[in-house]
Amino acid sequence: GIEIDSDLSDDDGAPQKRTNRRQAAGRGGAKGRGRGKKPDSDEDEEEEDEAPRARKGANNRRPAKKRGGGKNNDEDESENEGPKKKRGGAANRKKGGKAQDSDEEDSDAGKGKKGKKGGGKKGGKEEQDSKGKKGDSKGKDKGKDKDDDKDKKKKKKKDDSSSDSNSGSDEEESMSEGEMARLMEEVEEKKKLIANIRNKPWRMKRRLVLLKEAQQFVDKFEGALGKGKGRKWYAYKVMMTKKWIKFQRDFENFRTACIPWERKIKEVESHFGSSVASYFIFLRWMYGMNLVLFGLTFGLVVIPEVLMGLPYGSVPRKTVPRAEQDTAQDYSVLMDFNGYCKYSVLFYGYYNDQRTIGLLKFRLPLSYLLVGIGTFGYSLMLVIRTMAKNADVGGGDGDEGEFTFAWKMFTSWDYLIGNAETADNKYASITTSFKESIVDEQENQKDENIHLRRFLRVLANFLITCSLGGSGYLIYFVVKRSQEFANRDDLSWYEKNELELIMSLLGLVCPPLFETIAELEDYHPRIALKWQLGRIFALFLGNLYTFLFALFDEVNSKLEEEQSIKNASLWALKEYYANYTRMLNDSDSTPPPMNPADVIRGPCWETAVGIEFVKLTVSDIQVTYLTILIGDFARAVIVRFLNYCWCWDLEAGFPSYGEFDISGNVLGLVFNQGMIWMGAFYAPGLVGINVLRLLSSMYYQCWAVMATNVPHERVFKASKSNNFYMGLLLLILFLSLLPVVYTIMTLPPSFDCGPFSGKAKMFDVIMETIELDLPAFIGTLFSYAANPGLIIPAVLLMVLAIYYLNSVSEAYQNSNMELKKKMQMARDEEKNRRNNTNSTNQVMQDLEDLLPNRSLAPPAPPEPEKKPEQEAKPTKTKAGAAGKGVNLQKDVSLASPNPNARGPVSRPPGPRGPGPAPGPGARPGQGRGRGPPPR
Amino acid sequence: MGNKQTIFTDEQLDAYQDCTFFTRKEILRLHGRYHELAPHLVPMDYTNDPDCKLPLALIVNMPELKENPFRNRIVESFSEDGMGNLSFNEFVDMFSVLSEMAPRELKAIYAFKIYDFNVDNYLCKEDLEKTLNRLTKEELTPEEVQLVCEKAIEEADLDGDSKLSYADFENMISRAPDFLSTFHIRI
Repeated sequence: GIEIDSDLSDDDGAPQKRTNRRQAAGRGGAKGRGRGKKPDSDEDEEEEDEAPRARKGANNRRPAKKRGGGKNNDEDESENEGPKKKRGGAANRKKGGKAQDSDEEDSDAGKGKKGKKGGGKKGGKEEQDSKGKKGDSKGKDKGKDKDDDKDKKKKKKKDDSSSDSNSGSDEEESMSEGEMARLMEEVEEKKKLIANIRNKPWRMKRRLVLLKEAQQFVDKFEGALGKGKGRKWYAYKVMMTKKWIKFQRDFENFRTACIPWERKIKEVESHFGSSVASYFIFLRWMYGMNLVLFGLTFGLVVIPEVLMGLPYGSVPRKTVPRAEQDTAQDYSVLMDFNGYCKYSVLFYGYYNDQRTIGLLKFRLPLSYLLVGIGTFGYSLMLVIRTMAKNADVGGGDGDEGEFTFAWKMFTSWDYLIGNAETADNKYASITTSFKESIVDEQENQKDENIHLRRFLRVLANFLITCSLGGSGYLIYFVVKRSQEFANRDDLSWYEKNELELIMSLLGLVCPPLFETIAELEDYHPRIALKWQLGRIFALFLGNLYTFLFALFDEVNSKLEEEQSIKNASLWALKEYYANYTRMLNDSDSTPPPMNPADVIRGPCWETAVGIEFVKLTVSDIQVTYLTILIGDFARAVIVRFLNYCWCWDLEAGFPSYGEFDISGNVLGLVFNQGMIWMGAFYAPGLVGINVLRLLSSMYYQCWAVMATNVPHERVFKASKSNNFYMGLLLLILFLSLLPVVYTIMTLPPSFDCGPFSGKAKMFDVIMETIELDLPAFIGTLFSYAANPGLIIPAVLLMVLAIYYLNSVSEAYQNSNMELKKKMQMARDEEKNRRNNTNSTNQVMQDLEDLLPNRSLAPPAPPEPEKKPEQEAKPTKTKAGAAGKGVNLQKDVSLASPNPNARGPVSRPPGPRGPGPAPGPGARPGQGRGRGPPPR
Repeated sequence: MGNKQTIFTDEQLDAYQDCTFFTRKEILRLHGRYHELAPHLVPMDYTNDPDCKLPLALIVNMPELKENPFRNRIVESFSEDGMGNLSFNEFVDMFSVLSEMAPRELKAIYAFKIYDFNVDNYLCKEDLEKTLNRLTKEELTPEEVQLVCEKAIEEADLDGDSKLSYADFENMISRAPDFLSTFHIRI
């Protein structure tokens, strides 16, 4: 602070003025600290800088002094100030300490000027030059009469700076290295302050003022830093940093402006509390992720194919077969994603197997495969990253039971609630939860009939397992049946859509069924919610996988069929060419003059799979929306309007209004996403459909929840459930990754449709690219990398790494436990001491009893509660002879409170640490008179 | 875009953005909200830092705070005079601390202030009783309140002075799983 100023001013002030200033600086520093940031009165533009610098100066000068003198090492800051000033004033300074007051004014004034000059970067080199010279001369005459360490140091510095400025003639700086480093440090500190000011628990006014000061300080001194050639670079760096920060802020502003639905979610949040809102936040997150997937898929696969690929009708795979052409535009056919839909960019089969398309030579097949993999890669990365971030924010692991009541008291109110009804519910739920805890506390377990409950729980689980198995079997049965149906033509609408209907119905019926069964179990609602989620999850997963296995059966049968068609058509083609060449005696083979619609083609299992997933998704959307419309909206309308003419109160009584089903909705979303991941490879259009779905569902559900639902009677907090959702999503991602990767790696692609037709395996497209497009050595590199000899060690290495990390984390956990135990012990001990009762800790008591016979020891020391001393003293007396022990004891007991209290504290954590070791003579005088040093 | 310049200068907005967790747009919206509370008192032009404070009664009627059982305490602890009169700076400060982005440490400090009803920098038993009564709308019997408060103190009190200092509170709250998700207000 003022210290800095004085340093700067040292460079040109008159010698004796300088001494004054330094004295004033000591005072001013103390004063500055004492008064906080109260500005000095004389200069207007300087006063803002003064205060924080004063504070800073007080901090900063300590290390400097330490370096110079090696004195006062063990003293606190305040102690530091006093003696220094005294000594300085009494012994060394020409002017007495009394003169300080009068001198302060003009020193401040001078300082103001000085500060400006030192800070004025562009102030002119001549000025700085002269300053340097002055400093030099001054330093010389100073050096004669002063022998104070500090001054010596200062002088040395000045010499440095002057020599610098004299020798280096082109770019002089008035500051020496040390000062510069200090200033730099200070600027850095200010910058840090600017960056962190929002985290400081200060009043806004103070924050604003401090911010302004810091900014001005930085502006002023930043440019002065750096020297020689580095200076320009430094200035450039500073400028770029500023620009970068500005850009970041603008970008941040832009980004938050781009986050949609903030208001909508807030509205929901204030009505229903954070748990319902967490669903919508999750939905929004999902939407963001799908938008990226959509961009990838459409930007790299669909749009290029549409723009640069062959047009519709040019090749068989892009044409509706002759047999289907009559009905290809029928609504019902299109709704089944057959007809024109089937032969469009929405599905795998439409894509051509040309290696490159268009003028740009876009490698579509490669891009298709990479996008398919990239979709998974991106999703995986995003989910895991979000999970890690959430876990980071999540704070400590809620150690259940330790703070039950305190947590309930201080964290149970949801500050987001802004709706009277929700608030009432919240009050009620908080009251109940308190009552529950009280009851739990009073009689730790109230198992009135544990056998009955156990029986009921087993029964409930049994029932649920049964229904899970039943639903799985039902789906398997339906899929099998649909394969039979596939060979027939006379199908009713129901028979065609049986599979989707059954799956959606199961999803609709089972969760409420589970909920009803769960009533039997009588769990705490939060635990019940978890069970419910787990069960629905199992249901959906079972359904999905049954569906998948059935699909694989179908795919296998299609593969066989395709094989025969492929053979037949190849044979026909060969015959044709043979005839062609024989008849026309012309060996160049032109393809048969056949309309692409008439070509016999294989079943194209990829498209079939894609269609299945699209149909499933669409029917899921329909069912979800209809459920909301009927289950919530119609119910709300009926309850609302029939209530006027009904024999009981509909609103309070039986049907009532619906509650927002968080778990069901979240799981629905998660499974929907799983289907998207699985199906996206075979139906690139699916991602687009999903984006539309999420978008509409955001608006629709927001409306529905606000219009038709009532807040939960027992409002749950969304505690950590965020990561719970993410965990589910990760699991689903993994599970949906498996079948896709399996099909890519093992099944042969169809011979006449899709970007990989004609290849033995889909990933051959990568091999092809490596061979044809990349230089040869990369190909060999890849072959080495694919060598099992390399892969196995790599896997081993990873296993080792996992093992290592695992054990490290275990060790951390152990040490955590250890610390926790220690804290607990310290706490107990403290409590016992407070209560002055016998320590409950038996071991401690025994240990105390085992201490050297205290009764033999001389009279107890004055402070009986200081345990460390108690322990220390008797041992000491033991060691010494009995007679002497008394004296020694007294000495110690007199001396000990002081050093003991001061010993650990007097080492400030910051700048003193690495400083020079305190020499034997450097101990403060204070310690000498009062007995042995503490250590 | 036009009114942006008339309410705050760019420097002011930058300063606010440095000092709070808000973006420019949000600060302007906050000003809008603040202005809305008392259109005749709050000027639309903040470029020269007008000295203007709104009384507690106006602020606690914001929909964000209206249902909060601690609304008076929130406003009081953010006001410089302790009476709940908030200048715009303090208003912004309040919502900044309560925003989603604010770190746990900062929130903990202000939560402590909010729950400290008698402003003695300790959460003593009567503070807890008041907290509890507000949370439950005084539905618990006095014995129950007594029990809960004792339990809470016993759980969180590290130094055994049967009141919670900030260190105790911080230690307790830093491990609470729900604190961050519930101690925030979206403006």
